[in-house]
Amino acid sequence: MNSSSLAIDVAGLRKSYGDKLVLDGIDLKVAEGTIFSLLGPNGAGKTTAVQILSTLITADAGEIRVAGHDLHRDPEAVRAAIGVTGQFSAVDGLLTGEENLVMMADLHHLGRREARRRAAELLERFDLVEAGKKLAMTYSGGMKRRLDLAMTLVGNPRIIFLDEPTTGLDPRSRHSMWQLVRELVAGGVTVLLTTQYLEEADELADRIAVLDHGQLVAQGTPAELKRLAPGGHIRLRFTAPDQFAAAAQVLPSASRDDESLVLQVPNDGSVQSLRAVLARIDDARIEVDELTVHTPDLDDVFFAVTGQPATNHTDEKVTSR
Amino acid sequence: MSISSYPMADTATMLRRNLRHALRYPGLSLGALGMPVIMMLLFGLIFGDTFAAGLGGGNGFDYLDFLTPGILLMSIASGTMSPAVGAAMDMSEGIVARFRTMAIFRPAVLTGHVLGNVLLTIVSLALVIGFAVLIGFRPNASAGEWILAAGLMIAVTVSLTWFAIALGLTSKTPEGASNIVLPISLLLPFLSNTFIPLESMPSGIRWFAEYQPFTAIIDTLRHLLLGAPMDSGTGWLALAWCLAIALVGYFWAQKSYNKGTAA
Repeated sequence: MNSSSLAIDVAGLRKSYGDKLVLDGIDLKVAEGTIFSLLGPNGAGKTTAVQILSTLITADAGEIRVAGHDLHRDPEAVRAAIGVTGQFSAVDGLLTGEENLVMMADLHHLGRREARRRAAELLERFDLVEAGKKLAMTYSGGMKRRLDLAMTLVGNPRIIFLDEPTTGLDPRSRHSMWQLVRELVAGGVTVLLTTQYLEEADELADRIAVLDHGQLVAQGTPAELKRLAPGGHIRLRFTAPDQFAAAAQVLPSASRDDESLVLQVPNDGSVQSLRAVLARIDDARIEVDELTVHTPDLDDVFFAVTGQPATNHTDEKVTSR
Repeated sequence: MSISSYPMADTATMLRRNLRHALRYPGLSLGALGMPVIMMLLFGLIFGDTFAAGLGGGNGFDYLDFLTPGILLMSIASGTMSPAVGAAMDMSEGIVARFRTMAIFRPAVLTGHVLGNVLLTIVSLALVIGFAVLIGFRPNASAGEWILAAGLMIAVTVSLTWFAIALGLTSKTPEGASNIVLPISLLLPFLSNTFIPLESMPSGIRWFAEYQPFTAIIDTLRHLLLGAPMDSGTGWLALAWCLAIALVGYFWAQKSYNKGTAA
């Protein structure tokens, strides 16, 4: 990857709070115009990484370039290029939605008329026109998050950090947030997104880095990561023992469970390979009671690279001020 | 560190934000405006005669004239509570994290709190003076003396507000901020010559009161508004106190605000 096309380039990033090592030598390369997801359970160090990359806190060690600027030497240039939407709402609850947006426009020195125009445009785009005149403290979680992202977009940042943008949102708000993120990248923006939802990283990200206990344990495209995990298979269940035995003969690669009459045939989930398996069963005139296709998802990946299921992390969030 | 090229514009934006807050969440601001007026009326109308008698009133000693400059200072001091709480509240919310990741003039966020409070305090002082005149306060200051007095009060407001914000930022919660500011918003005004002359205090407290900043400032104010006698150095001492408190408060507050962030 050419270093000039990198939006974010991090080498050897370290941070500890007292004795607690939070980031233990992280390397990240994020290409311009892509969505990069930092995936990990609570307490893995995702928020700390975002706080450092967005100049909010300082790193203990590491070479960091954001938007081509050395973060340590020129944080103001970095700040001018980025936008941040954190997991804790960064809207001013005592201002209306519109006033929040105009305030951001003022801080980007857009001029009064342009500020109004930009605020109106973003309210429209984020479906907040009706709520625009109400105090942000009265908004629902999804509305606050949309306003938060809209505020981040006022200055047309080239790089956007989204720290757990859908945590705590209902499924509908989550999908509308995903749609907004996709539209951003279509406009050429680079997005670094942290999430604890494997589905979210899978849906959105061009590349995913799996963070666990302050270390990157895997990195790649969603497809590459899925290859790390074993487990793609077709599951065939039978009711008749003789049909089960016959199927086991025509599908020698299958692993068999004689007790529940289930065969698991390794399979990559593609239509051709599925058709091939079905053709063999059909040719032998075998009756299958139930067929399910199991493609490896990032849950499997997470388990494969960290040795623990991703859903098992409910520890309290570690935050810093 | 590169400097934002829009210090005035950014500060004005933050001032607008704080004034909107004062309108939207009027509890703090109404308290800040109403308390000094109540104190003025309470001490001027109800306790005043008793105090005056105890202090040997009668021979030309007008307690209301003595009291009013003290109450003005007290209004300024009690007014510092709301920006200190406001700044601490800001720090505990996401919005300031957002500001800190933006290329805006760094001191603007806190300066907005200070300027907002200066405007609020000017209103509060005007109210106190109005009510004081209504119940018999008769200053004999010339226009020039009024201007000097106003300048001094604004200087005191700016310096005490910076200091209160610095104190407020040392606490992690808005409640903590309101407690930690109490000594300057409440204790110092009482332990000075706000309500009674130094000569009538017990010697230990009197020694403290004599040398703490409020006394020099109140003496200067009494001199300007009423022509009360004053040592020639007291005015400069009052100004020096303002400058020292402002500088310590400003740099301490900025340091807390920038703590831990990149440059």
